[in-house]
Amino acid sequence: MNLWEAVRTALNSLSANKFRSFLTMLGVIIGVGSVVAMTSIGEGASSQVTAQISTLGSNLLTVSPGRTRGLPGMAFGSRGAANLLTYRHYTLLQAAGLPGISATLAEASSRAVLRFGKANTTTTVVGTTPSYPSMRDFPVALGRFFSNYDLERMTRVVVLGNTVAQDLFGDARPALGQVIRVGNVDFTVIGVMEPKALGGRDLGDQVFVPLTTAEKRLTGSQYVQSITVQATSPAMTSLVADELNRFFLLQLKDPEKFTVTNQQDILDTIQGVTGTLTLLLAGITGISLLVGGIGIMNIMLVSVTERTREIGIRKAVGARRRDVLIQFMVESATLSLLGGLVGLAGGAAASRIIARFSGWATVLSVQAVVAALVVSIGVGLFFGIYPAQRASRLDPIEALRYE
Amino acid sequence: MQPVIEVQDLTRVYYAGTVPVPALRGVSFTVEPGEFVAIMGPSGSGKSSLMNILGCLDTPSSGSYRLEGREISSLSDDQRAAIRNRRIGFVFQTFNLLPRLTALQNVELPMQYAGVPRSRRTALAKEALASVGLSGRLHHRPNQLSGGQAQRVAIARALVNDPAIVLADEPTGNLDTRSGEEIMAIFQSLHRRGKTIVLVTHEPDIARHGQRILHFRDGLLVQDERVAQPVDARDVLERLTEPAAPVNAEGVSAAR
Ligand SMILES: Nc1ncnc2c1ncn2[C@@H]1O[C@H](COP(=O)(O)OP(=O)(O)O)[C@@H](O)[C@H]1O
Ligand SMILES: [Mg+2]
Repeated sequence: MNLWEAVRTALNSLSANKFRSFLTMLGVIIGVGSVVAMTSIGEGASSQVTAQISTLGSNLLTVSPGRTRGLPGMAFGSRGAANLLTYRHYTLLQAAGLPGISATLAEASSRAVLRFGKANTTTTVVGTTPSYPSMRDFPVALGRFFSNYDLERMTRVVVLGNTVAQDLFGDARPALGQVIRVGNVDFTVIGVMEPKALGGRDLGDQVFVPLTTAEKRLTGSQYVQSITVQATSPAMTSLVADELNRFFLLQLKDPEKFTVTNQQDILDTIQGVTGTLTLLLAGITGISLLVGGIGIMNIMLVSVTERTREIGIRKAVGARRRDVLIQFMVESATLSLLGGLVGLAGGAAASRIIARFSGWATVLSVQAVVAALVVSIGVGLFFGIYPAQRASRLDPIEALRYE
Repeated sequence: MQPVIEVQDLTRVYYAGTVPVPALRGVSFTVEPGEFVAIMGPSGSGKSSLMNILGCLDTPSSGSYRLEGREISSLSDDQRAAIRNRRIGFVFQTFNLLPRLTALQNVELPMQYAGVPRSRRTALAKEALASVGLSGRLHHRPNQLSGGQAQRVAIARALVNDPAIVLADEPTGNLDTRSGEEIMAIFQSLHRRGKTIVLVTHEPDIARHGQRILHFRDGLLVQDERVAQPVDARDVLERLTEPAAPVNAEGVSAAR
């Protein structure tokens, strides 16, 4: 008997007891369904978080004053921390030319009122350095960003976020070349940034000026909120972190006065959490499939007993042990696979629904689908072995005499 | 010519708990190719025990059983399954058809296990059903058939792999006289075409359809009788039809 015929025979006998077959599959349906739903939601969430973190720029390490926590690159994260880092550290760090670092960035932000004619807006003024657009993956749309020349000469130039540009100039007038008032100082607009958002926060609602200009003309403070460096590759990040620790320890003399945050560490942490969740899910899957499998085994044992006479007849007309074994194994595998398919459909539907209501993108990966189906067939085969062996070992004459 | 069946000092002892129940107590006989042998004896005389051994469904406690010259007692389960499949056609008193399968599928079953390809299988099964007069019932389930028809399906199933011998254990036991006689007519026609047949019955009228009767009592073969003039089932059927007028013209499906 070939496999396809065995499957047809199995479907035929499973359909003899449709409701019972359904109840038997329920364990596998729920197991596979919940795992498919959870992994697709989990994978969706984790890829979303990873994507958000990479919008901050890649391979970044941030030095912030004091002991701080938070995502790297968010200069706001270290607000209120001790004033320790200065523009001088930025220049020293650049001068040191540490290996593995491709770019360096310092930031100090403050709030200010911006005016142009009758229009005005209050926004964040980020004093920073020329590598900002490339390191933050936040390009200029119009005009240019300021250069090292501007930084050294403390020129009064400003690059506007797209929202600020809209607020001050609207659609009608071009912003470039206009002079606006930031606080009490006139600045010339030399560029407008591309629109960008981070986790729902509008990054277009800020303006950028040379750090030195901000220090001298706007804040009067020499302190920066963070210094960020970009490593040449992900593999270099831990080496660069060590270098930064050594460098700032030398400068500040106290490891408590600064913190180096590695973006890779955070990604690793998130991936670690995802990994743990995946492990947990695998555990839940394992248990639910175990329960489902035991259900299948139980029903298959009942079925073997009920069908003793059928087995006797099949053996009487020439079924070998192997034929009976295969028949019952295929039957339990079919049962389990059907459960897996229904569970897969249910889980995919559930994740769609959750995606619609939560706004998360859910990802149903091919691997998850294949794994769910392979595992459910495997469960059916594994838990079908014992009942099928019982069936195959029945003595033909005893089986025929049964009832 | 080599005998089809050669049985020597065959015994079969069952155990009711620890109490031994001897069902066969040393039986020896042979069956030649083309013979039609009836086995007769009262209930409990060991007829079924013998048939189960002859049909390779059961193994003897001692003694030797050769089928077509091959010693059976020492074979493995799967080897005996193969013999049941190809060399033996077994017809049971209770038909033993699979209730969820159609007549055609039931007849195909032995060929499935023999690995006969699907299209050929269906053709052969149809042919076998036609030979027992059931071409019109291919897609009926056993519970949609009369007892006589069900038994004919079982005979078609027994014949379909062209076995060396057809064994029947009280095949007419559950049937009325007329259906029983129709079944006997089929066995006799098989016999005329050269099949070897061993048939168990406790009814003398049925036994006299064979050429030879083995009488059993208490697990022993007590008499090996030649039948001078075997009853022809066709004559009996004719006689059954004559006096009683209102029997349906087909003479077959009205059986039950
Ligand atoms: N499975 C069994 N277990 C115990 N005793 C049995 C079994 N099968 C048959 N017997 C006994 O063996 C004897 C012969 O039985 P059987 O071969 O069925 O006789 P028959 O078919 O001639 O009526 C009887 O006494 C019966 O009770
Ligand atoms: Mg009997």
